[in-house]
Amino acid sequence: MPKATIVLFSGDLDRAFAAFLIASRAAAEGWDVVLLFTFWGLSVIRDPNKRAHKKEFAPRMFDMMMPKGADDLRLSRMHMLGLGTSMMKKRMSAKKLLTIREMIKEAKEFGVRFFACTVPMEIMGIQREEIIDEVDEFCSVGKYLEEAKDADVNLFI
Amino acid sequence: MDCKGLICPRPLFETLKRLKKMDVGKTLEVTFDYPLSKEEIPETVKKQGHEVISMTEENGVWRITIRKMK
Repeated sequence: MPKATIVLFSGDLDRAFAAFLIASRAAAEGWDVVLLFTFWGLSVIRDPNKRAHKKEFAPRMFDMMMPKGADDLRLSRMHMLGLGTSMMKKRMSAKKLLTIREMIKEAKEFGVRFFACTVPMEIMGIQREEIIDEVDEFCSVGKYLEEAKDADVNLFI
Repeated sequence: MDCKGLICPRPLFETLKRLKKMDVGKTLEVTFDYPLSKEEIPETVKKQGHEVISMTEENGVWRITIRKMK
């Protein structure tokens, strides 16, 4: 079976949508798919209902500035103080497409493996306790490369 | 299963999810009107080893019958 790895570096609604679409489509075909969340992409897998331990000043700032989970993502372009993002979400729902939160569930249903990169988590002060349960593994770049080296498709989004 | 009004990849994804939950040997009938799905659905289910029993089109609505084989 073919294999794909996708690095979701960005935390934008549109880019996350593309990443989940490709990941689920490949996994639905039976591909082995790894989706690695890193840097801004970690916003996508933050669980807004989970509480972190006490944080230092800088991580608290990241907390405030970063989207609080999959429902809180913004468009990479034309966010327009929320107007553009809200219009896009309405269009997606009118077209009966799934929300990012639902796409996460569906990707898991198709067997996509979720990895979270620990280095940016350290930098931004994001704790494992704040991450959604769907994440299979917290990993290093080395582990990612191990997966990517024999994959047929490797994407960085 | 009615997938009319759904765009790519929803008809395919809904079909595959439904197939997964069914017993082997059972058949599934899906109706859809998104043109790209007419190749995507039969090709993918065949690749997964299922049988496409029939596919018909009427006024832009496709009807595909699939038997779950494994």
